[in-house]
Amino acid sequence: MKNKIIQQVSFLLIGACILITLFFLASLIYFIAKNGLPVLSWSFLTQPPKDAMSSGGVAPAIIGTFYLTLGAIIIAAPLGLACAIYLQEYCQKGTVASIIKIGVNNLAGVPSVVFGLFGLTFFVKFLGFGISILSGALTLAILILPSIISASCEALNAVPNSIREASLALGATQFQTIRKAVLPCAFGAVMTGIILSIARAAGETAPILFTAAAFYKRGYPDSIFSETMALPYHIYALMTEGTNPAKQEPIAYGCALILMLMVFIISLAAIFLRNKYRRKNG
Amino acid sequence: MDDNKIKIEAKNINFYYGQMQILKNLSVNFYENQVTAFIGPSGCGKSTFIRLLNKMNELAPNSSVSGEIYLDGENILDKKTNAVKIRRKVGMVFQKPNPFSKTIFQNISYGLQLCKTPKKLIPEIVEESLKHAALWNEVKDRLHKSALELSGGQQQRLCIARCLAIKPEVILFDEPCASLDPISTSKIEELVLKLKKYYTIAIVTHNMQQAARVSDQTAFMYLGELIEFSPTKEMFVVPKEKKTQEYLSGRFG
Repeated sequence: MKNKIIQQVSFLLIGACILITLFFLASLIYFIAKNGLPVLSWSFLTQPPKDAMSSGGVAPAIIGTFYLTLGAIIIAAPLGLACAIYLQEYCQKGTVASIIKIGVNNLAGVPSVVFGLFGLTFFVKFLGFGISILSGALTLAILILPSIISASCEALNAVPNSIREASLALGATQFQTIRKAVLPCAFGAVMTGIILSIARAAGETAPILFTAAAFYKRGYPDSIFSETMALPYHIYALMTEGTNPAKQEPIAYGCALILMLMVFIISLAAIFLRNKYRRKNG
Repeated sequence: MDDNKIKIEAKNINFYYGQMQILKNLSVNFYENQVTAFIGPSGCGKSTFIRLLNKMNELAPNSSVSGEIYLDGENILDKKTNAVKIRRKVGMVFQKPNPFSKTIFQNISYGLQLCKTPKKLIPEIVEESLKHAALWNEVKDRLHKSALELSGGQQQRLCIARCLAIKPEVILFDEPCASLDPISTSKIEELVLKLKKYYTIAIVTHNMQQAARVSDQTAFMYLGELIEFSPTKEMFVVPKEKKTQEYLSGRFG
């Protein structure tokens, strides 16, 4: 009898925790949507800003964020996957592997503003890429690299050894085994890691602050070496700078809403791709 | 039996895992077109031994091995021997069915693509291999469905078909029925008997009756040593060694 009560109370408590979490999520979406929806319109999405940011659209920031995120993923995904393959498949479990893993985990703990400073000194100044999409994408890439590496490592680790043995026993080399047997199995989980990183890269402000972002730039970025507007930085700028806070605030909320939608759409596309791939291999 | 032709000759094999000696001075001959069974209590080194025959144990870190295993005159244990080449000659079926999460067809074409079989020939070889593995009739209408939808016994026969497709000369079975029900087990046993016409077979088993049913030669191992190696008919009727007799009568194991 007593156990039954304890059981029910625990269930209630766990349920309450879920409700609290959902409440914060729902209210976040609600407030962003409530403040952001009124400014959303076709011209908001497709026009550049006007009147010192107090009216017009945010199209250059949307395009900028898209380029930065895409660039970061294109750089970080293959790099991270390759590191994970090396760590998990080639490197004998030993001191070297564990030192690299500790390094990767530490990298994950570095505050994003530190990455921003590093990007400024290394990519912008030392390599001479200037304040540009390239510098920003590279900085974002090293920011998301650790999470892609650890997600990929776990994905590879979850592939049962029997699959590797099956492939090797059929006369596959280790590389063929990884490419044709192990990676197809791990693909879904690797993609999940990458999807989460997309959201992270799209939303980060600090790393692009000194490396890529401009508060206002006339026209659209025309090469990877041009600086760009970006949604997260645009939100920050609208809320802290400018001359007309009353008009700027709704635009900031509009940007936040678009940013959320963008991440949502990119994630959906990635999930769709992943499922399609899984079906093909299932 | 004078017509016994030796296919694989293992001489003075010692195998260490770290400080532990797993195999102690083992010498076994495998005869062509015969089934050689390995019996013995868990941990006696049976699997370790047959995994040396296709260089699978060399994957294990801090293991070392001494001795020679000749396959048609080539020393398998030689560091210079190409593992890929050996594994194409010496196929293996594992304890747990381990199909790839691909279609039935892809599971079998996997090995064929590795050895650059012309695309045109693949469907024919897939059919032939599935027929040899006595699985064709059950799967011919769903070759392009996932292999994971098959039952455990069917999966194991698929793994056998996959192994047959690359035309090995020797097949190693590492407790192939350990996770199967009695009906699937008897199907695999029938298959082993049928396959020995074309292949040289080694089978590790926990099941003494299975060894008696399918094998021509039986090796009894205990704590890393080969206690007795004789024709199955003799060993199960009049074991030469006291230990063998005790094990066969179920006194330990």
